[in-house]
Amino acid sequence: MAISLNVNGETHEIDVDPATPLLYVLRNDLELNAAKFGCGLGQCGACTVVVDGEAVLSCVTPVSLMEGREITTVEGLGTIEEPGPLQAAFMEMQAAQCGYCIPGMMMSAHVLLRKNAEPSDREIRDALMTNLCRCGTHMRILAAIRRAGELMQQASAPTERRAG
Amino acid sequence: MGGGTAIWANAGSALIPKGEEVDPVRFIRFLAVVLILILIVAAGLFAIAWRGEIEPVAAVDPSSFNEDLVAQGAQLAAVGNCIACHTVPGQPAFAGGLAIPTPFGTIYSTNITPDPESGIGNWSEEAFQRAMREGVDRQGRYLYPAFPYDHFTLVTDEDNRALYAFLMTREPVRSTPPQNDLPFPFNMRMILAGWNLLFLDKGPFQPDTAQSEEWNRGAYLAEGLGHCGACHTPRNRFGAVDSDRHFAGGEAEGWQAYAINATSPAPIPWDADSLAFYLRNGWHEWHGVSRGPMAEVTGNLGLLPDRDIAAIATYVASVMGEPDQTRRERAEQLKAEISQGQTAVQAAPATDTQAGDAQHPGAAIYASACAGCHNGSKPLPFGGLRFSLSTAVNAPNPQNIVNVVLFGLPPSDGEASAVMPAFANVLDDQQMADLLAYMRERYSEAPAWEDVADLVARTRSGQYKVAVRPADGIERGPENVGASGGAEDAED
Ligand code: FES
Ligand code: FES
Repeated sequence: MAISLNVNGETHEIDVDPATPLLYVLRNDLELNAAKFGCGLGQCGACTVVVDGEAVLSCVTPVSLMEGREITTVEGLGTIEEPGPLQAAFMEMQAAQCGYCIPGMMMSAHVLLRKNAEPSDREIRDALMTNLCRCGTHMRILAAIRRAGELMQQASAPTERRAG
Repeated sequence: MGGGTAIWANAGSALIPKGEEVDPVRFIRFLAVVLILILIVAAGLFAIAWRGEIEPVAAVDPSSFNEDLVAQGAQLAAVGNCIACHTVPGQPAFAGGLAIPTPFGTIYSTNITPDPESGIGNWSEEAFQRAMREGVDRQGRYLYPAFPYDHFTLVTDEDNRALYAFLMTREPVRSTPPQNDLPFPFNMRMILAGWNLLFLDKGPFQPDTAQSEEWNRGAYLAEGLGHCGACHTPRNRFGAVDSDRHFAGGEAEGWQAYAINATSPAPIPWDADSLAFYLRNGWHEWHGVSRGPMAEVTGNLGLLPDRDIAAIATYVASVMGEPDQTRRERAEQLKAEISQGQTAVQAAPATDTQAGDAQHPGAAIYASACAGCHNGSKPLPFGGLRFSLSTAVNAPNPQNIVNVVLFGLPPSDGEASAVMPAFANVLDDQQMADLLAYMRERYSEAPAWEDVADLVARTRSGQYKVAVRPADGIERGPENVGASGGAEDAED
């Protein structure tokens, strides 16, 4: 089926089997490789992206339902030259070990911080409940998210930048 | 006002002959007379049923209780699942204050820690025995049957003594639960005297001599402390368990408690072995994982010795009875299909949809959202159940499958548990209805459900309240209440 997808503010026309999960289209068709394939079963959170302001697991999200919805991936949070607050904070706090879980963590955190820039640790843990990190950098991830909240408040600048 | 309103409405219309003009003044006068009569009868009942105060006792020394008795009480508290209602998620165990929504209003559970002011610290054993047997607190006030004393009345004095010992040796917590939020007349505790007269069959448990000792032990646990029927038996409009429809299915905290009698909708009928495995482990390969309020039940039953689990299973299996020929044959067919891994009704994952599926709007959703786990090769409890085996998909009411698809099964804190992603942010009401219609058509022989989109909308908005919690765990929500002095202490 032909479908038009709005990802990070850009519209893409693609032709795809309606039974395809969103993750495959992001990575294979659009070559947006931030979202990762971890389990493919909705259990690890590595594939988390934001759809209409809410975190979803793109490996179990039917692409056929994504027409007309706003999708954001880590590529939409900033660029290499101009990282967004979440990206800057994760670098500053050195929150990545292997980094595989980090894009998913960032997208869940992005949803949380947009609703609440000063979350408690409990709120961060609850929001990231479905994101697993096999390297165990959880404490740094918590610190990075708190830091990102600070950066967002300081900047009071737009929290979401458009790629490219 | 729930049942009460309905009763009044019915009474009014039945007493006025059809087609006759009603004089409003006369009618109001008539209602007033009825009301006064009812109040008189209620007051009379109250006088008959009046229960006095039992004197408070001075602080009970926890070390005065025999250790074995306390350990026995811990197991019994697990059977009774006391912690579930008497604990707010994340708060200290047994300190009460959990809101229990009922059709009549909201009731808050009481503090059953041995704090003398806000808990039961100044209750004598006699007062505790009376509360369990008659549903009356130490001060003589009637308790609401949200506290299932209509079941607990079957519990023996010895078991109540052990429960008392267990509770009185918990950490005292100073915490007063909020006031109940019940409209008139349900806020009048004296009406419960009438309720008790009508619906309370006082114990203790009478064994059935025609049955085995194991069966009787199971019946005692399941009907008494276990209070299975509090959820699994439907209630009448007075909120009383409808004993004519024993185990015919009810509801709890927004979940359907399936029928566990001959009308059980499980595609493969339960037997004593599968029940025992499920109650012990919180899942079974032919039935899936326990979830919703049942997750706490199976989580707690983990504290029980095998012989008690086996006894409950034997009793419940006997209530379910032997399945008929059709169900047996269907079950054999399903088992054969499962052991082959691939089936006629269960086609392959992802893009490999069945002929004719292309037309069904739910088919593509199913293929990308569900098939990966539910038609995959990962075994239970961490893989998904084949939906041809799913009681939820085969049940008369779609509420449970709506709940899990919307809210998923969240992970439990610090424990391995089955998880499922929530699809509330992916699927709108109609898409959800399409998906469920497809699953019902493909994985069940039962007729299609009606008005699913509407049910989804009411559940999503919270108009229909659902308690969301991890599969099989003792915790409520992401916080583990056992960690605050509940079930963990029970092990020592
Ligand atoms: S890849 Fe999607 S949750 Fe693991
Ligand atoms: S940094 Fe390696 S999985 Fe999280």
